[in-house]
Amino acid sequence: MAIQVSEQLENQIPDQEFKGAVSNRSRLAVDSKQFSSQIVGLKSDIPNIDRDTHQFVGELSQLASDRLSSLSFPTTKDEEWKYTDVSTLGSLTFANQEAIASRNASIEALIARNIAPESLGNCLVFVNGKYRRDLSDINDAAEGLVIGTLSTLGDRILPKLRSHLAQHPDTNDYFASLNTACMGDVAIILAPKDLVVENPIQLLFISVPQLENETLITHPRCLVIAETHSDLTFLQTFIGEDNQAYFTNSVTEIWLAEGAQVNHTKVQWQGDQSVHINTTAIAQARNSVYKNQSISFGAKISRHNLIVQQMAAQTETSLTGLAFTDGEQIADTHSCIAHNYPHGSSKQLHKCIANGRSHTVFNGKIQVAKLAQQTDSAQLSRNLLLSGKARVDTKPQLEIFADNVKCAHGATVSQLDAEEIFYLQSRAIDPESAANLLTYAFAAEAISQIPIVSVQRSLSSFVLEKTKS
Amino acid sequence: MIVENSEVILSVKDLTAEVDGVQILKGLDLEIKSGEVHAIMGPNGSGKSTFSKILAGHPAYTVTGGEIWYKGKNLLDLEPEIRSREGIFLAFQYPLEIPGVTNSDFLRLSYNNLRKHKGLEELDIIDFDDFIQEKLEIVEMNPSFLSRSVNEGFSGGEKKRNEILQMAILDPTLAILDETDSGLDIDALRIVAGGVNKLSTPDNSSLVITHYQRLLNYIIPDFIHVMENGKIILTGGKDLALELEEKGYDWLKEEEAVLA
Repeated sequence: MAIQVSEQLENQIPDQEFKGAVSNRSRLAVDSKQFSSQIVGLKSDIPNIDRDTHQFVGELSQLASDRLSSLSFPTTKDEEWKYTDVSTLGSLTFANQEAIASRNASIEALIARNIAPESLGNCLVFVNGKYRRDLSDINDAAEGLVIGTLSTLGDRILPKLRSHLAQHPDTNDYFASLNTACMGDVAIILAPKDLVVENPIQLLFISVPQLENETLITHPRCLVIAETHSDLTFLQTFIGEDNQAYFTNSVTEIWLAEGAQVNHTKVQWQGDQSVHINTTAIAQARNSVYKNQSISFGAKISRHNLIVQQMAAQTETSLTGLAFTDGEQIADTHSCIAHNYPHGSSKQLHKCIANGRSHTVFNGKIQVAKLAQQTDSAQLSRNLLLSGKARVDTKPQLEIFADNVKCAHGATVSQLDAEEIFYLQSRAIDPESAANLLTYAFAAEAISQIPIVSVQRSLSSFVLEKTKS
Repeated sequence: MIVENSEVILSVKDLTAEVDGVQILKGLDLEIKSGEVHAIMGPNGSGKSTFSKILAGHPAYTVTGGEIWYKGKNLLDLEPEIRSREGIFLAFQYPLEIPGVTNSDFLRLSYNNLRKHKGLEELDIIDFDDFIQEKLEIVEMNPSFLSRSVNEGFSGGEKKRNEILQMAILDPTLAILDETDSGLDIDALRIVAGGVNKLSTPDNSSLVITHYQRLLNYIIPDFIHVMENGKIILTGGKDLALELEEKGYDWLKEEEAVLA
């Protein structure tokens, strides 16, 4: 991919639109301790968990809980949260949703629609934060693959949990700590040495609260361990219904051992009144390859912290992001790729389409440590503004301490290109269809990176639907 | 070919136009009849490309005076997509790349818009596939091009062949080829010119805009117009191109100076 080294801003938006539309004050002041203690107070025990695992998780939660007392609820005065005001969370009273009695046809239909056919028999389903054995199906799991949850796997992988669960250095900020402090039944995928898993594994999280005055909070937690030379693809889907408020605070840790390959597709398609905060923390050993496609279509406010630590030489990382926002949505992605060792490479393409009065944010940090000579990194942020009231903030952030590296980055913010529209018009296509086709094409470049065909299709048809006049 | 008593397709009278407040066209007159092949030659900056873009309806160019009549209609009243559906085709000097849209989807959308305009039923993927196969042969294009993104990663020659493929699909009454020869090696030039010739009939006409005589060895014009400083200053037969090639455009300027 040819990536321009220069930053260019096409059709630059007038300053007041670009800089002034969001104030730098959070709307509400949130008491950090009160907020976290309200939420930690809702923590319930994981059912049917063995004693040793229970004790280990208890220790992790306690540690995180202790850490929380010294952490502050992020405000827009914090550099990392400058553009995304989540103080609205402070005004809510949260609750758990007790398991919805018996089976529910409409929920089951929603689940069925969102399970990728490729993942049938390889799917774990969580409803309102609770693992649902009855709705999950792992009967087609590859031989040797460990897939399940803390409660279903029992103590047979406890040593692995001790060395991996909540051990990633980038899972210690306010919201990730809150997740650990409230840790429920963790979704676990473990591919043992040399196992090549053919079918994509799906982890589906669905929020369908039936609460009156309170807001559902869930803390989805996933742990993926790819041992030496194993190879797997997993799909993480977050969905829920519109017109319902709920807060999803999720953490995923992914560990790639030497030579392992993991493809990770994350689709955030939550309801239009929800808040979605998610941390994905990846650790890569030598010669490993991690590929991520993160799609953000849903939620009123979404924030994705995506952090990759290259923990050895010759690791390869590829991140593709796509956010498509409308109305009053905010979609914020903060990524960090830390090149800590020599000969690492990374490729990142982040695309945002902002319509209506929506707002997309991208902050892409690339760190190259002094030791990380011969790093080859390329980052491109491309943004499409479909409306004069929409707003895009994009910032590449390069921190380079090695002297022999290649780090390309570029950022463009543009409206649809008038020349491209004219080209299509000159081929008998009306300007509206031309604009829709170009918007679709803009998104398709990112969607086409997803290796699961049915997911590609459903995302494409959503974009087609959105761009239909 | 020059056809006796054939219909006037395009009639341009005293056309003036500007872009970004700079006047480019300064009183251009041109008449093209059905069946004819016209060439406009001239030095860089004489207004050749501006004229082609105005015919296609590019929004960045403002017509400030004069008239353009196309098949009896005031062309300036028509939106670019209507002009296209009515049979005006511009082969771009620099065809655009559209990553994410396959060539076949693009061509089908384009063709179906034309069919709708003519009151015909749209073609589905299967019927369109049959239709396009024979068109591909005109420009000796491999069917694998259809599944690639529009012009993305195409060589200069492939892009121009793709333009002629679009021309073959839209079957225009007036085809305008804007510097179609630029950046082409001799093989690509032969294929592109061959495609244009195959599509030429007594019922349509072409306007070939070029800086060099080379292309006119392959697409033989009935008329050659020389453009200079926003208007046509000389019109002649196909031999004029050879004279221009030999003497260059400066010769005309001197001639003009002498006449003035």
